[in-house]
Amino acid sequence: MFDFGSITTWFDNLLESVMPAWAATVIECVIIGVVLLLVYALLAIFYIFYERKLCAWFQCRLGPMRVGPWGVLQVFADMFKILIKELIRLENIDRFLFALAPYLVIIASVVSFAVLPWGNGLQVIDFNIGVFFMIAASSLGVLGILLAGWSSNNKYTLIGAMRSGAQMISYELSVGLSIMTIVVLAGTMSVSELVAAQADGWFLFKGHISAVIAFIIYLIAATGETNRGPFDLPEAEHELTAGYHTEYSGIHFGFFYLAEYLNLFIVSGIASLMFLGGWMPLHVPGWDGFNMVMDYIPSVVWFLGKAFFISFIIIWFKWSFPRVRIDQLLALEWKYLMPIGLFNLILMTLLVVYGLHF
Amino acid sequence: MKREDFKDNEYIDNLVAELNASGANVVVGQFDKLINWGRANSLWPLCFGTSCCAIEFMHLGAARHDMARFGFEVARNSARQADYIMVQGTIVHRMAPALVRLWEQLAEPKYAIACGGCAVSGGPFKGSYCVVDGVDQLIPIDVYIPGCPPRPEAMFYGLMQLQRKIKVERFFGGVNRQEKLADFISSHPEKAEAME
Amino acid sequence: MANIQETISKLFPEAAFEQGEELRVTVDAKQWRALAEQLKGNADLGFDYLVGIVGCDWKESMGCVYYFTNTSTQDHLMVKVTTADREHPVLHSVSDLWKVALIQEREVFDFYGIIFTGHPDMRRLFLRTDWVGYPLRKDYDANPELNPVRLNQEPNEDATAEYVEEADGSIKKIDKKVFEDEEYVVNFGPQHPSTHGVMRLRASIDGETILKVDPMCGYIHRGIEKLCESKTYPQTLMFTDRMDYMSAHQNRHCLCLCIEKALGIEVPRRAQIIRVMMDELMRLSSHLLSYGCMTMDMGATTAFFYGFREREEILDIFEKTCGARMSLHYNVIGGVVADVHPDFIKDVRAICSIMPDRLKEYHKLFTGNVIAQNRTKGVGVLSKEDAISYSVTGPSGRATGWHCDVRKTAPYSIYKELDFEEITETAGDSFARYMVRMREIEQCVKLLEQLCDLLEKEPGNDYIAPKVPKIIKLPAGSWFQQVEASRGAFGVYIESTGEKSPYRMHFNSPCLNIVGSVDKACAGYKIADLITITASLDYVIPDIDR
Repeated sequence: MFDFGSITTWFDNLLESVMPAWAATVIECVIIGVVLLLVYALLAIFYIFYERKLCAWFQCRLGPMRVGPWGVLQVFADMFKILIKELIRLENIDRFLFALAPYLVIIASVVSFAVLPWGNGLQVIDFNIGVFFMIAASSLGVLGILLAGWSSNNKYTLIGAMRSGAQMISYELSVGLSIMTIVVLAGTMSVSELVAAQADGWFLFKGHISAVIAFIIYLIAATGETNRGPFDLPEAEHELTAGYHTEYSGIHFGFFYLAEYLNLFIVSGIASLMFLGGWMPLHVPGWDGFNMVMDYIPSVVWFLGKAFFISFIIIWFKWSFPRVRIDQLLALEWKYLMPIGLFNLILMTLLVVYGLHF
Repeated sequence: MKREDFKDNEYIDNLVAELNASGANVVVGQFDKLINWGRANSLWPLCFGTSCCAIEFMHLGAARHDMARFGFEVARNSARQADYIMVQGTIVHRMAPALVRLWEQLAEPKYAIACGGCAVSGGPFKGSYCVVDGVDQLIPIDVYIPGCPPRPEAMFYGLMQLQRKIKVERFFGGVNRQEKLADFISSHPEKAEAME
Repeated sequence: MANIQETISKLFPEAAFEQGEELRVTVDAKQWRALAEQLKGNADLGFDYLVGIVGCDWKESMGCVYYFTNTSTQDHLMVKVTTADREHPVLHSVSDLWKVALIQEREVFDFYGIIFTGHPDMRRLFLRTDWVGYPLRKDYDANPELNPVRLNQEPNEDATAEYVEEADGSIKKIDKKVFEDEEYVVNFGPQHPSTHGVMRLRASIDGETILKVDPMCGYIHRGIEKLCESKTYPQTLMFTDRMDYMSAHQNRHCLCLCIEKALGIEVPRRAQIIRVMMDELMRLSSHLLSYGCMTMDMGATTAFFYGFREREEILDIFEKTCGARMSLHYNVIGGVVADVHPDFIKDVRAICSIMPDRLKEYHKLFTGNVIAQNRTKGVGVLSKEDAISYSVTGPSGRATGWHCDVRKTAPYSIYKELDFEEITETAGDSFARYMVRMREIEQCVKLLEQLCDLLEKEPGNDYIAPKVPKIIKLPAGSWFQQVEASRGAFGVYIESTGEKSPYRMHFNSPCLNIVGSVDKACAGYKIADLITITASLDYVIPDIDR
């Protein structure tokens, strides 16, 4: 399996041979930043297109067709337009917080985006509490949403933001618990070690029934945490027009729009890291020939493929299910998902203690 | 659609001639083209239907006609995020302030389409005590789509006309919407107060 | 009938009686309240269903025409209440006896300026609060300078009043407010994705719980009833297609029936069959739309597209025969405008054959879904008594267990010969309303299959072009006709003085009554339920506002 680490090490050595170490670090940081933002924007565009085509497919439609071949340029057109759309100045709002909110949302998603293991050796930073950092960064987003709703001075946005606050904080618990379950199984919080531990089989298969339960809880809770249907109450188009971002126009709205899709990618990425082996190819112990073939597929493709697959499931939810109500949503979390998640964590601990997993 | 298939080409030609009269820098002209391409191909409607035409608009979005093919399907419910308002149905006295307000809430660049006989001229209800005889009395209209209600195909035709109109607009210099509004106010002095 | 007349004349010797298609009683405004209490309370009368209130201006007097039905015996009664005072016309409110009067009396107040004493919320319904004059009065000044297009916000939106009759007979106005200052009021509409048009609902909420809903209509009030008074009878027909555009055929059928009844015209057999077929196709397409809209309002967007897929096929049938997709203009006085398209029966049979499978698909996608069931079951409950009191007819009324299908209670056209079932549920919640619609789709298919056979095989049903005089003049008098439209009992009231155009034409729309019940159905549930409840009640705004 090709290790992208060799390229980055070579590049690092090259820089350090011609300049002092701090300058090399600065240059590397800038390059990584630019690349990340680029990939972020491209992935967002891809995701918007992906969802529009998928939902068209579910609904017996064609989806974007006219702009570019098969409509691939549709989202680029949308982005051009949204970039130069007027930013409306509102009266009687908290200007500073209003302007800050979309940046908070987008920063939260860019930061958690940075920790994902893209491929063999393709990782911005790898430290021993990677998973912890990922969860912490992704939960920053709720702040942005709350601020957006509160500062807009609009009843819809306020209701949307309050719903979103209650929802995201509740569902984060379940996301955290199901991730903890896997951390217990792996015995590490480092992203690279998590992937490495799945070389001989993904955690979904290794962790017995407990991992399967954790995976299902994670899928539900992640859908909730990203505010996607059937848990899209903060936006609830048919109740609150556009929810917390009702008052945003132009690129500020664009940020929310991008972050929504990227968060979808991030939760799918985390799911593929925790349950489906990250960039690790599908290996079946004993089938050496099969494993060899699988290794020929580049690790980036594995990672993206798994993430897209999980996103597909989440998009499928969204377009098939009706929206739940706020009390039902909270009941689902506090009465079902969280107790099951806690019980599952204990079960996994027992499995690990007695060595009952594969 | 091919150019020959459209009916009122001379209108667009005149608009182009008028816009090109002042001349444009080559680079700026290319930018304009890019921006107009983006704007024309990403027209997000505001959900605004008052009566029968709104049902036909739903059919426009439904599987057979599928406006998503053109990228029109991102219907926004918040006026601040939409690009054009398609007035589908009669506007009555009570609704008039709401329509004007919605129009003002749209972010620039914004366009308006009068869809159906009622929006174009008051239609079958012209002369009633509380019907506004045509929404062009309230807001500046870019495209008129007649019909009662217009068929989805007619709506597509109208939307494609709007796209053509956008493609000849000028972003850097030239005519902008502010002037258009000033023109509108000068030609309708009685609306000046409300449009402020 | 004689029985009712006897009972009333014993109690009110001054009342004048007339026997039309139903018993007609005329009383003075002073006796109205006492009569109303008897009509509701007296066991011999028991008129529990107030079909409609028609305000009227007879030049020398003003007043209202009330249509009542006894839901157990299906007796009908018309009561005409008049007052000679044109300056300050006052009638007693009956809104405490029949809740539907809460909204219908406001309509009369808006059009005629008749004040109803004892009505708790006497303010305009359709027109702006600063509107000058009462448009349906015969002496209304239509000068556009009095009522220009005002672009300012309506003043005093919250102001309302109650008029109370003092002991000395004078009328006292008590100013009230719809919402108190400390209430947290959320506004939905007029531009809102799930008010199904330009309805405006204001809800006072506590957290996410709704305390009170105030529906505000009139954002598409086009003054159809006033326009009709200046049109000839054939011209008035075109308005019916634009009221409830989802029941275009049924509404037009109703108006045609009413005019034909007044003229005594016999409609050819084939035209009757075609009319009923069109009605049922329309009902089918309407229920498909309401399935689509309800699912979309609840967030299940894909289901919407499935409903619309079948609707397109029905619109194709309409298009082939009528030449239009929505404003169909097919029924005319005395029959239908032309014979059906040669493919008509084949196409209808094709729809009938695919619908059962498609219905299964709908149920699989939405009905069985646990979220959908949780969202709709036990939500927005209306009891049978509520439904009758608020005159909520159609699928929403039948969901409470009230047998209110006009096709069964007062069969018109050829419905008597057809075999179909009146669908009722008992729960009265959103899910019951939804299920009534879905089950009615099955009945529509059943009816359409029978009608196809009739149209194809019945001998002697050749197409005959409608034969009516060139100039249609109705004799002096008044007529009332009801049909079962897609959303409930749709009624037409025509009063004629023998002219070419009607003296008064009133459309008694089912959706107005439904809107009147929204507050009752929604109070106590969550904001999100407001959307599902209004979606399941399924009203069409232009039908409310007319």
